[in-house]
Formats: sequence, C-alpha cells, structure tokens
Amino acid sequence: MTQTSSSHKVGQRWRKPHFISNSTLRWCLAVGAISYLIAAIASVEVDWARVYEGLDRGFDFIMAFTQPDFSSRASDIWEGLLESIVMTVAASVVGVAISIPIGLGAARNIAPLPVYIICRGIVAISRALQEIIVAILLVAIFGFGPLAGFLTLSFATIGFLSKLLAEDIEAMDKVQAEAIQASGAGWMQWINYGVQPQVMPRLVGLSIYRIDINFRESAILGLVGAGGIGATLNTAFDRYEYDTAAAILILIIGIVMALEYISGVVRARVQ
Amino acid sequence: MLQILNLSKTYKTGDQALKSIVLEVPKGQVLALIGPSGAGKSTMIRCINRLVEPTGGKVLLDGKDIVTLGSSALRKARREMGMIFQEYALVERLTVMENVLSGRLGYVGFWRSFLRRYPQSDVDEAFRLLDRVGLLHMADKRADELSGGQRQRIGICRALIQNPKLLLIDEPTASLDPKTSRQIMRLITELCAERGLAAIINIHDVALAQLFVPRVVGLRFGEIVFDGLPTELTPDKLNEIYGEEDWEATIETVEVRQR
Repeated sequence: MTQTSSSHKVGQRWRKPHFISNSTLRWCLAVGAISYLIAAIASVEVDWARVYEGLDRGFDFIMAFTQPDFSSRASDIWEGLLESIVMTVAASVVGVAISIPIGLGAARNIAPLPVYIICRGIVAISRALQEIIVAILLVAIFGFGPLAGFLTLSFATIGFLSKLLAEDIEAMDKVQAEAIQASGAGWMQWINYGVQPQVMPRLVGLSIYRIDINFRESAILGLVGAGGIGATLNTAFDRYEYDTAAAILILIIGIVMALEYISGVVRARVQ
Repeated sequence: MLQILNLSKTYKTGDQALKSIVLEVPKGQVLALIGPSGAGKSTMIRCINRLVEPTGGKVLLDGKDIVTLGSSALRKARREMGMIFQEYALVERLTVMENVLSGRLGYVGFWRSFLRRYPQSDVDEAFRLLDRVGLLHMADKRADELSGGQRQRIGICRALIQNPKLLLIDEPTASLDPKTSRQIMRLITELCAERGLAAIINIHDVALAQLFVPRVVGLRFGEIVFDGLPTELTPDKLNEIYGEEDWEATIETVEVRQR
C-alpha cells in the first residue's frame, strides 16, 4: 500500500504549499498592496522650493555642532540637566517599584483571573496613553515643572515594565516553581525562590533600559512644559541659538551613550 | 501510612487520567510505578501532593485526607511529602545551598527565608545531606554549573531536608545515563532504608525498577493492572501493562544482573 501510494508521487515536482491557497485572492492582495504603496507615496506632497530654502537653515543647524556653545547659557543647561537626571532617577525608581507587583498580577500563570484583568487593564491604559498626552494633562493639573514630568515618566514606566515582566514570568520554567511549591512554601516564598531567580536578569536589564528611555523622554517632555533639559532645549530653539541647542544635544547624546554602555555591562554581569 | 481511595482525575479536556485508583503504601515501603507514557503515573503522584487537583477520591496520609485541606493545612501536609523530579527542577540561578535549604520553606517564616537566615539546625542538616551525597564541596556553586547526576543528588537533598515521611519521585533517571541512573536509584533506595521512608517512584525503565524495589505497580490508561513483586512481572504481565512486545530480552538482563 505504501509502495503504490509513493510510486505515483515519485518524479513529481514538490513545492511548499502557499500561505494563501486561493490563487485569485493571493494575486489580488499582492497587486492591491503594491498599488496602495505607490499611491501612498505619490500622495505625499513635496514643495521643492521650500525644501531648497530650508536647506540653508538645516545646514546652519548642522554646522552649529562644529562649534557648540556650552558656556553662554551654562547655568541654564546645568540646571536643566540636573532636573532631567533627578526626574529620570526618581521616576525610574518609583516606576520600577510599582511595576513589580503589577507585573506579578499581570502574569496569567501566577495571578487569579480578577487580579490579572485589573493589572492587564492598568498596563493597557498606561501603554495606550502616549507620554506627551499624559504630560500635557499632568502639566494642566500640577502646573509647569518637573513634578509633572516625574509623574508622566513613572506612569509610562509602569506600562512598559509591567508588561514585559509579566511576559517573562509567563515564559518561565514551570517545574522549577512547582518544586518550590511542593516543599510547602507560602506564596511570598514561592515568588522569592521559584519565580524571582528566573526573571531577575531580565528585570534588571529592562529597568536599566527604562532609565535610558526615561532620560531621553525627559528631554522631550520639556517641550510641553514638564521640566527638565527639554525646556532649556526648547528655549534655545525659540531663540534660534543653534549653538546652545547643539551643546545640549551633544550632552544628551553623551549621557544616553554612557547609559547604554553601563546597561550592557550590568546585563552581562547579572546573567 | 498512605492510603489512596478511589482517586480520580479528569482533565478539562475530558481526558480521564486516573480512574478510581486504590492503593496502600505502608511505612517504609518503596514501590515503583510503571506504565506507558500517558498512563497517568505523573498525574498520580502530583495528585498526592496536589500539584494537580484530583477530581475525586481521597488521599489519606496517616489518616488525614489531603484532598480536602485548605491552603495553609496543605502547606503543612506538603512538608511531609518530599518530591524529586525528572529534570531535577532545581532553581538554576540559586546556589546549591539555597536549593537544598528551599526544602525547609514550609518550616521557616518569610523573612528568614528571604534573608537566607536559616536556623543553624537546618544549615547543619543541609551540610550533612550534601556530605552524604558527596557534594559538600559544591555548596556555594550555582545549580546550573552542575552535571545531571549531581543535580539529581541535590534534588534528593532538597526532598530529604523536608524531613518527610514519603517521597514522591517522578522519573528520577529519565534524563541520566545508565550508570548514573543506577547510582541514583541505589542512593534513593539506600536513603529510604536509612530513614524508614516510603517512596513512590515513577519509572520507565522496567529492568531498573526490578533491580531496586520490592514492589511494582503497573498503571495502564489510568487504572492499576498489576501490583506485585518484581519477579512476578512476566512477559504476559508486561503485555498487559504496555501492550504486545517481545519482553524476553528485558527480563533476561535483569536475571543476569541479579545473579
């Protein structure tokens, strides 16, 4: 039986089955996607005369990087930078601290359903609201300044970290946790011995990554009045002081790169 | 000491993993549970300490029904049943000592365990057990630095430090080479004899089971189809447990080994 069924297959060509088996549908989708792409690109209007004018300004901006001005607004820059760092550190610590219980609650394999739904809800809200929108709202409530920025970043950290922590917990090795349960451990002990060691490297890595993101975000939040180096940067742009703006951007880039390097070192250590 | 009465488990999918199991294990007896994959061996020992919730029946440990216990009483009952796993189930990123001491979690409070400040008597016992299995020098190594056989020894220490009455052992040798498998089985049976522990050992290797245990229970499709001495496992009985196969070779090797 097997011989007769295989013998009529021998000599025939073999192709991997198509993902969409209906060939009409397959071709329609392909043609449709390509024509949409062409139409979409064609619909973007470009005013070439404006671009030509703008090139000069862009060139000025880039040239400013060759002679950044750190000194004439030194005290403003320093103040803004310090504010950003304070905001970043405080928001990261508070955000991570709140994220851990929410992350535990948002992991389906360890949390009961009602807790899971509430925690996933918090994560969803935090992720749905973009930082700038939250910052505008919080500036309206708390007024201009770093308090609004700090709260915005804490809020954003919760959505980011809780979600990724929960996903890591859901992907953990079940038997290791089971073994701790089998010894008669309580719930807290179970988390501490069975779950925490498995997710710790990722938690540390993500927290450091989040510090990095929070610092970059703090530079943007200043644009809507939520304090930090962004406010200083915004003022510099408003006054067309590209050399000061360049100085600020160089500092931001330097700090972000330093954080990136540190996070790499730490992540390698905690593996 | 352990009495299982009409224990049954039906999974949500409708699979009847256990059909009204009745089994009694006296104090200090080591028995092997054999049977094909999917026969319900693993479900059965997990129903005893309720890592899997049974759907019916009773599990009496010294007369106390484990199935009806509330969560804190269940914790206390679990202390009396040490468990050893197929893939060792050590917490990989914890040290050997932390893994062994985690067997005491049912006895110590949260802060003591969180700060790793265990009572001196627990620490002493951990060292004694590590010495007994020949791994004292590994105490501060991380569990993932150990070989398979070494990990299983640590798993045994973790179960024993609970000071249990009963060991539940799930495929202790399935991930080990033949020589290490025999060493681990010998260690388990020796330790059970030293401490007067009863044990239920799920095992695939029929010949290995026959070599080390005084009683074999055969499970098929969630039912006990054999319960007797290892020497009573004839080809007919094995056919009944596993289905048709030529068993002469398996049985012969055991006879040769036993000589």
